[in-house]
Amino acid sequence: MTISETTVEGMIKDLPIPHNLKQVLLEDAIKVGVTKKEMEEIIERVMEEYEKSCVEPCEAVGVVSAQSIGEPGTQMTMRTFHYAGVAEINVTLGLPRLIEIVDARKNPSTPMMTVYLDEEISDDRDMATKTGWEIEATHIDHLADVTTDLANMQLVIDLNERSMSKREIDKESIIEKLEENLKVSVAPSKDIPNQIIVTPESPSYRELLQLAKKIKTVTLKGIEGIKRVVIRKEGDEYILYTEGSKLREVLEIDGVNKTRTTTNNIGEIYDVFGIEAARNAIIKEAMDTLREQGLSVDIRHIMLVADIMTCDGEIKQIGRHGISGEKASVFARAAFEVTVNHLLDAGLRGEVDSLNGVSENIIVGQPIKLGTGDVHLVARNPLES
Amino acid sequence: MDNSIPSIPKRIGSIQFGLLSPREIRKMSVTSIITADTYDDDGYPIDMGLMDLRLGVIDPGLRCKTCGGRAGECPGHFGHIELVAPVIHVGFNKTIRKVLRSVCSNCSRLLLEDKKKQAFLEQFAKLEDMTHLPDAVINEVFKEARKTKVCPYCDHEQSEIKFEKPTDYIEDGHKLTATEIRDRFEQIPDEDIKVMGMNPATARPEWMILTVLPVPPVTVRPSITLESGQRSEDDLTHKLVDIIRINQRFQENRDAGAPQLIIEDLWELLQYHVTTFFDNEVSGVPPARHRSGRPLKTLTQRLKGKEGRFRGSLSGKRVNFSARTVVSPDPNLSINEVGVPLAIAKQMTIPVRVFSRNLELMRAYIMRGGEEHPGANYVIRGDGRRIKVTEINKEELAEKLELGWIVERQMQDGDIVLFNRQPSLHKMSIMAHRVKVLPDKTFKLNPAVCPPYNADFDGDEMNMHVLQTEESRAEASILMQVQENILSPRFGGPIIGGIHDHISGMFLLTRNEKHITKNEALELLRKAEIHNLPEPAGYDKDGHPFWTGKQIFSQILPDGLDLEFQANVCNKCDTCKKLDCEYDAYVVIRNGELIKGTIDEKAIGAFKGMILDRITKKYGSAAGAKFIDDVTKLATRGVMKTGLSFGISDEDIPREARLNIDEEIAKAEQDVADLIRAYENKELDPLPGRTLDETIELKIMQTLGKARDRTGAIAGNHLGLENSAVIMAKSGARGSMLNLTQMAACVGQQAVRGERIRRGYAGRTLPHFDKGDLGADAHGFVKSSYKSGLNPTEYFFHSIGGREGLVDTAVRTSQSGYLQRRLVNALQDLEVQYDGSVRETRGVIVQFKYGEDGIDSTKSDYNDPATIHKIVSSVTGKEVE
Repeated sequence: MTISETTVEGMIKDLPIPHNLKQVLLEDAIKVGVTKKEMEEIIERVMEEYEKSCVEPCEAVGVVSAQSIGEPGTQMTMRTFHYAGVAEINVTLGLPRLIEIVDARKNPSTPMMTVYLDEEISDDRDMATKTGWEIEATHIDHLADVTTDLANMQLVIDLNERSMSKREIDKESIIEKLEENLKVSVAPSKDIPNQIIVTPESPSYRELLQLAKKIKTVTLKGIEGIKRVVIRKEGDEYILYTEGSKLREVLEIDGVNKTRTTTNNIGEIYDVFGIEAARNAIIKEAMDTLREQGLSVDIRHIMLVADIMTCDGEIKQIGRHGISGEKASVFARAAFEVTVNHLLDAGLRGEVDSLNGVSENIIVGQPIKLGTGDVHLVARNPLES
Repeated sequence: MDNSIPSIPKRIGSIQFGLLSPREIRKMSVTSIITADTYDDDGYPIDMGLMDLRLGVIDPGLRCKTCGGRAGECPGHFGHIELVAPVIHVGFNKTIRKVLRSVCSNCSRLLLEDKKKQAFLEQFAKLEDMTHLPDAVINEVFKEARKTKVCPYCDHEQSEIKFEKPTDYIEDGHKLTATEIRDRFEQIPDEDIKVMGMNPATARPEWMILTVLPVPPVTVRPSITLESGQRSEDDLTHKLVDIIRINQRFQENRDAGAPQLIIEDLWELLQYHVTTFFDNEVSGVPPARHRSGRPLKTLTQRLKGKEGRFRGSLSGKRVNFSARTVVSPDPNLSINEVGVPLAIAKQMTIPVRVFSRNLELMRAYIMRGGEEHPGANYVIRGDGRRIKVTEINKEELAEKLELGWIVERQMQDGDIVLFNRQPSLHKMSIMAHRVKVLPDKTFKLNPAVCPPYNADFDGDEMNMHVLQTEESRAEASILMQVQENILSPRFGGPIIGGIHDHISGMFLLTRNEKHITKNEALELLRKAEIHNLPEPAGYDKDGHPFWTGKQIFSQILPDGLDLEFQANVCNKCDTCKKLDCEYDAYVVIRNGELIKGTIDEKAIGAFKGMILDRITKKYGSAAGAKFIDDVTKLATRGVMKTGLSFGISDEDIPREARLNIDEEIAKAEQDVADLIRAYENKELDPLPGRTLDETIELKIMQTLGKARDRTGAIAGNHLGLENSAVIMAKSGARGSMLNLTQMAACVGQQAVRGERIRRGYAGRTLPHFDKGDLGADAHGFVKSSYKSGLNPTEYFFHSIGGREGLVDTAVRTSQSGYLQRRLVNALQDLEVQYDGSVRETRGVIVQFKYGEDGIDSTKSDYNDPATIHKIVSSVTGKEVE
């Protein structure tokens, strides 16, 4: 007599096995149609199998993870490659990228975003382009030719109608933006329709040249810091790839899917979404970097690295300015880097090294408290009891 | 002392750090040092000199006046120098500066209000509770205190204190002497010291300014006697001599009432010498030099850096009972074995305690002595004396042998040793092997264990360590033996497995339906301990039975193995025809029998081997090891049966193919020329987001890349599947089709940083090209193949590309080495607890459950839904899927 789906679900609900396996188990049981007794046996067998494959207590998982990530490092390339799929955007890959991730750099060398669009417009080419222009920073160079008119001591901007309409920006807003940012007089030319005249405060040659330089940095539309947007069709939807990353600003733009849009700048993810998201971002970025190099590394190792980097609620670097520098043990810190300073500071503070870690115990020459060194057997006195 | 009962080692519970107070320095000192001289004319240490016998002894024959120990027994004792005037300890300059700026110049109270002090103290308590370091808060205290301009306690106005390198503090244009600073610090009350993050019990701020200098024991700075009989003193002794001399002169001058200017100069000089005694690399201080001009290695230099005390001597230790030599392959060894040269085996010993049941056995070892293997090299008597076994005394020793003695017997077959190859990048770089003593001079190992060690046999050397205790041997054989490490925790797959000839051998053996006669079959399986051949696959015309390669391979598979997968030779067709695959690339194993498919890298190779993976996980590591042993033996015989050789003629391609290739290259060149013309005529459309220049480069690279691939395909077709290079590439044994393309057809584009070569002369790579020439030849496209040979320009471009590869490797090793060191240092204390969580030493939880599911990556295919399918179907008897 087969049992119902709810019964099976109830039986496996509280098993300590991963969710996806519970799902498989449920599906299988339903498909085959099991009796209660069979189900009990199945669960017993599954649990047996599960327990067999668990890590053993006292296992030095930290070192194993560190080695599992460090060892393939020797096989990685140093070069920056084009992003897989988007030939137009350069992204740091390989060993430099991995180092960047564990260093928890605030600014990665090649920030990049993957912007997804809201479902309703995701298959609309025009909307994708429009959103793209909203994101990509537009500078005066994109829209016009700027010439310095030395005779009249002013800058002459000849607007290009076509690129203006392409980027959906009009003359008035350009004037407004320029005025706001440059704090000088910006006025449309009287005789020529598509011309803007910018006059520096005082008619000095130096100021004019400075102005000519500065005008190129003014962001007229879009988000400052996003140099380029590339639109690609993947499957049924259009996806925007950006060079430069400004997650918070991009998420505020209409039409951007707020749940799927992401960046490769982990610090930004931490600022916007918090530490849990940052942890997942570290895992994803590290996994992608390794996978792209054709190296397979078990995700658990990367999880452990991501967890130790984030377990304090903020992203800490792997190294002197992060985890290694904040260790409890004086010896562990001294043995890593900047030996003497750590010893002097420890003296001042009257620190006590309780010799719990690995390096400390190696330094004083006693067995480490890890693995087989952490197991204590106590013989029962046969005279007792 | 009775050495027969080893004392229980004491365990250091914790170590307290602190500053030495002048009182403490005097208390621990055995003598004041007043003379700068070391030895008298007879070479005897001078009393109250730097080599005073109370400080410990280094010369043999003398005894320490403090503890009575001889050289080697006496650990050494500290002395002290009474400094005439206080000097600053360089290491604490930063802290002295901060404290000076934060305490009142009049009443020495910390310039913070009581309420604030209380708040900081609470913060410290909280941080300590969380076992966090207080650095940030301490800095905050100093920063806050510095802002206060008027003392809240005595209303004294504070003036700015300037710090000048290396050790000068200037207040209102007046230089503060060390004495003045010390006086101020002495007045700071204990409560205020606590707020500054110091512990007044172990470190009072005035102790940062030295009035007494501790003199390290002689054992710390041993002098060496040169061959000429001249003594050469340690750098530290030299520095101490300087300090004492100046100290004396200072004293004399002050007593004689010398002018202030001279006194100040001498004080500064004393400060310099004490500074360089502690650290000879302080910025702004010229380093003290040896007579020869070499900078002295003083205290800081001894501790710092890779070769320093911490990283060089304390974290890394030298060991005895180790051996090193070149490695060479021996496929007849098991993967668990290592061949050890007889010469080494005779040197390496294992201590065995004599008891009633091995007395005679041990006697036999001693009787053989040190020359005859396996003998014994030393005997340790009950009183702890070590006696060398020689040809002369071996009989006498054997007779006198008593219970409780220890015999250091020579290593022999079956002993367990650790085997290691540097760089030790992962735990599989050190594994335990069983010894097999062999003639010759090299370590021998089964080539299947090369991948975990990353070893090859082009001259690699490896180290061997002999384990000395029973616990270590037990631990090594259970946890570290090669068979326990077949699966790498990195990806949960096999890291030990067939390489090179193992793969091509198996490929040749199992490919096609070959007829193998009884003799051949037995020869192939000779080493695999297979005693019965299966039913023959058929009979020849003349009635002789024959077997197939697949049958032979099946003999080494364990019973009950079921497996299906695509082989490495698989063509990746759109829809897999599975059993009907025309390339025999779909491997099917049912109940331990190879039904279909060819065995190649995907089946038995290291990193990829599916069969290996399954056997090790399902049948255990011993079965896995046996399978690898059998595979290596069968494969070497398999490859010997057919033979596999490769020579220059294997790259020969027919004339027509060569013509086709030339045509292909000519076509590509034409395409490139067209592209360039389009570019020059501005007809080329730039790719989105790229400039025109970038676009043409990309397009040319693409065109040439494709052309190279096409030439490779032509060459590949003409070489055919029987070509040994093709066999190697397709089976995954060695090399790739790209290597073959480069050898036989066309080397292709040479690149620097992913772009065509552009460097060189202005506007061209080499002087005989036109400026601005964008053509293939001018930017490093190599048309020739390695076999046909490169022309001079091609050769040059090829060298440029090759050089980049070399530089890349050199940079990468150092970078990834540092990455590894940082990762290990950050993660080394993590451990899985009995509750399944991962915690570090402080008890901080890093993960509640290891890897979110608590599963060990090597243990099983647990995450694979197939496991569940299998359980469900085996319980219910119904097929899932």
